[in-house]
Amino acid sequence: MILSAEGIDLFYGDAQALDGVSIEVKEKEIVCIVGANGAGKSSLIRTIAGIEKPRAGRIQYKGADITGWPSHKVCNLGIGQVAEGRQIFPTLTVDENLEVGAYIPRGRAGKAAARERVYAMFPRLAERRNQYAGTMSGGEQQMLAIGRCLMGQPELIMFDEPSLGLAPTVVQEVFRVIGRLNEEGTTIILVEQNVAVSLALAQHAYVLENGRITLKGTGQELLANDQVRQAYMGL
Amino acid sequence: MNDLTPFGRAALLAFAALLLAVPWIASGYVLSVSIICLYLAYMGQAWNLMLGFAGLLSIGHALFVGLGAYTSGYLFTKLGVPPAVGVVAAVAVAMAMGSIIGYLGFRFAIGGVYFALLTIAFSEFVRILLDHAKFLGGTEGMFLPVSQESRRGVDLVNLRGSTEMYYYVILALAAGAFLMCRALLNGRVGYYWRAIRDNPEAAEAVGVDIFRFRMYAVLLSSGMAGVAGVFYAFYYNNLFPEQVLGIERSIEVTLAPIVGGVGTLFGPIFGAFILTPMGELLTEAVEGFKQSGLIAKNVKTDGVKLMFWGLAVALIVLLKPKGLWPWVCERLRLVKPPGQRG
Repeated sequence: MILSAEGIDLFYGDAQALDGVSIEVKEKEIVCIVGANGAGKSSLIRTIAGIEKPRAGRIQYKGADITGWPSHKVCNLGIGQVAEGRQIFPTLTVDENLEVGAYIPRGRAGKAAARERVYAMFPRLAERRNQYAGTMSGGEQQMLAIGRCLMGQPELIMFDEPSLGLAPTVVQEVFRVIGRLNEEGTTIILVEQNVAVSLALAQHAYVLENGRITLKGTGQELLANDQVRQAYMGL
Repeated sequence: MNDLTPFGRAALLAFAALLLAVPWIASGYVLSVSIICLYLAYMGQAWNLMLGFAGLLSIGHALFVGLGAYTSGYLFTKLGVPPAVGVVAAVAVAMAMGSIIGYLGFRFAIGGVYFALLTIAFSEFVRILLDHAKFLGGTEGMFLPVSQESRRGVDLVNLRGSTEMYYYVILALAAGAFLMCRALLNGRVGYYWRAIRDNPEAAEAVGVDIFRFRMYAVLLSSGMAGVAGVFYAFYYNNLFPEQVLGIERSIEVTLAPIVGGVGTLFGPIFGAFILTPMGELLTEAVEGFKQSGLIAKNVKTDGVKLMFWGLAVALIVLLKPKGLWPWVCERLRLVKPPGQRG
């Protein structure tokens, strides 16, 4: 087990976003979290990342209790995230975006090698390294968001809706990159609306409804589950 | 310098040479207007560091100026501490206030316009406090001793001397602020500030300690304003809470960077040198009209400069929201596009 969340309760004011959520992630796995809009998927990622503070529950990473840690410390443990909606820094160049990604101490050592790796993985970014990120296409911005996350040299990456609003060819590219990162040894937590593709990719998966985990199993099990097929794949 | 085109470089050198030569070629009136220009350029740089670099809107920068002015003024008049030493205390007091506001704002996630309201609230609070602080003169004002002899020569330790000396002091401050901001913006801190300004959530997501970098911006900016306060105190030699900490003083500081270009390095300087002379010329012209009878003598015209500034800001926001400087840069090809920089 590399990461576990146990009984997470999260509130925004009086509104409960997460209700006793527990998930487990094994090393080098892809774990998928499926759910409708507003089910609490992003809230769960943000809680693990240390951006939201849960009211109850415990988050453990490699055996250490990291509940309530500030996000920069969580990041430095090797938990990276690619937030929803291509959250790049538009007035910084591609290169500068990557520079910011290497902010945390674990990113600073080996920064040059990480940059080379990112540019090798995304040649389009290398071509545009001096371009302002805000002037790039949606697909390129998503690649940059992933590349920037890699600059922190994470062991685990949480992807929040990485294919949202992208052209089909770019979506394929994003999933290929996620698969490749996993093959290279990175543990992945994947939140996706593209349920069929992500369940096929995932070893384990959870269904989140109204802030509660309602189903869990292997990717294949959920893919075969009638409820899941009806609710999320329209079959 | 290496991001400037040859023409841009020449223009910058010519501007620097002109600034150095002002006391030799200009009249006393032009010299005093130039001092105001440089003062506002310096303060604009300090204010821009917060909004333009780190995305933090302050409408209370007169607070830090006021604290710097009153601290150094009090130390000088009551305890005989020269401003060269007093400036350390002035900066410390201004930064202490900056850290209180920053801590409250960032710890409790008071963002955007609410942060601006916090800066106004503190500024007004201290202004009213000073109104009642008898040992600092209260509403009667604090006066710094100055004599005819002290108006000649150069005494940097006591910040006493000719108008030319004050000019070179504020020129050095403005140039120093520009160079410091330039170094910061192009360094690692600059990346983090701009990242936080662009998208604080994404900065947090990649592990940037946004609390720390926002605090740096506030501390640096308030400290710079504290230094400006020392200059203000020893140049004008009288301090009144309303005149130093009034909200119009805080707003005045924001005009040059808004007109020149928020977030640009040269915008605050450009804005100050456009706005201040125009405001002064307008005031002069209105006076002239009064003398010659075009405007009746009993018409109150105190607000004409403020009206002009308001109009200027409204026009900029409508027509060139990024400010005049980026537009001038592009038109005159002063700066290389980002792909061609060395």
